[in-house]
Amino acid sequence: MHPTAVRELELDLDAFEGPFDLLLTLLLKEAIEPREVDVAAIVLAFIERLAERDEVDLESCGEFLVLISALLELKARSLFPDEAAELDALEPEEAAEELARRLAEYRRMKEAAAWLVQRLASEHDRWFRLGPAPLAPRAERRLAAQDASALAVALRGLAVLPPNVSLSHMALRFPPVSQFLERFRSLLSRRRRFDFEAEVGGFSRVEQAVAFLALLELRKSGEIALSQAAPFAPIRVSRASRSWAAPAPAGRSPAPPAPAAADEPMPSGAVQRTVPSGLDSSATPQEHEEGLEHPEPERILTWTARSA
Amino acid sequence: MDSPLRLIASNPVDRLARTVEALLVVASVPLSVGELAEAADDDHERVETALALLHERYVEGRSGIVLERVAGGYAFRASRDAADACARLFERPVERGLSQAALETLAIVAYLGPCSRPEIAGIRGVAADSAVASLVERGLIAEAGRELGPGGAVRYRTTPLFERVFGLESLAALPRLDDLGADAGELRQRLLEVASARAS
Repeated sequence: MHPTAVRELELDLDAFEGPFDLLLTLLLKEAIEPREVDVAAIVLAFIERLAERDEVDLESCGEFLVLISALLELKARSLFPDEAAELDALEPEEAAEELARRLAEYRRMKEAAAWLVQRLASEHDRWFRLGPAPLAPRAERRLAAQDASALAVALRGLAVLPPNVSLSHMALRFPPVSQFLERFRSLLSRRRRFDFEAEVGGFSRVEQAVAFLALLELRKSGEIALSQAAPFAPIRVSRASRSWAAPAPAGRSPAPPAPAAADEPMPSGAVQRTVPSGLDSSATPQEHEEGLEHPEPERILTWTARSA
Repeated sequence: MDSPLRLIASNPVDRLARTVEALLVVASVPLSVGELAEAADDDHERVETALALLHERYVEGRSGIVLERVAGGYAFRASRDAADACARLFERPVERGLSQAALETLAIVAYLGPCSRPEIAGIRGVAADSAVASLVERGLIAEAGRELGPGGAVRYRTTPLFERVFGLESLAALPRLDDLGADAGELRQRLLEVASARAS
């Protein structure tokens, strides 16, 4: 690219179309506003022209840089108009007019600011949620004059070891189940049957509970048979025969619950007492055979079946 | 189903009012009718009816909560009776310690916005950088694009928070500029007298 080639660089810009040389002339004659010239487009056009050549012509590149930087400076200057120079050129009347206009505008804004201050004051009792509001600083509480000795007395009162609290009432002393197992076994070795309540009547509540557990144990191992005429009626304990644990024949399975009995709600406590673990309905015929007192065998059958 | 109680409970506008009420409680900025309608999945007119219902319910003097129309939307605020109690628990970081420069800058942005820092400086005659920064930090003004043309400066406008803090329904609620600075004519006259004295 020859140096003259830079000047002949054909440009196609928004503000100008023609050789670079002509653009520069027009700019210097102020026929074109520098701010309207797209410098980047000129640089692009030059680089495209450069890319068409195989070798880089340093001389034309240097000339282009000088020209384009001068153009950039011109444009930069034109973007910052010198206001002071403009005002200097004004006649006194014009300057006064301009000053009055600016002052009036400022005064209006000052009044607007004053209005905002008034508004702020009148709206001061309007509170609303503003995102997470920072908590207002709390006023520090002032303490009244304190007497150190009073504090010492108070602390001394606190420093005393508290008395040991007795937990004796919370301890439950359980007698061993085996004790009652032995007791009932020996009882049944002497008597054929006995009344549970009558035997444990004199014991504490805990002892009675353990005694009942012993009763269940004995029933489980098949050593005894239990019966109760009605809910809350005395529990009868009797010696069991050896055939006790054998399953009942199929033909002797219990009858379905009688409709009459189904209408009567059954207290759950009574069920528990009536039906210790393992007591199934097959026991009833057994009890009949043994001739135990059973005012309402049908009823007992129903309870056991329902609770199963 | 036919009992009158059930009919009242299932009144659609009443149900919508409850929804709108709930949305307003959750919001920390005023909600426009459009936003409420979209959230409640209902149409604008019905939302406005529901708002009218709520407005009756939450009117100053009737409840500790007041429904107000502010910043182009609706929002709950505390009743004025409770202002002292509120002031003991909360502070007002947005408006606390606003300088005169910041207030003038705020007025310029409110009236002439969006406008740039050079424009503000041109009116006030001093640089507005720190005032603008302070207002941006408080959330009273925000950037709103740049000036057209090369080297376009950032322009600012006021935020909905500005309207809310100053209790304005919209910027249109600001007093007209013509009403302010009514004595500008007199100033102009004095300046012209000085100028003519110099010219002669």
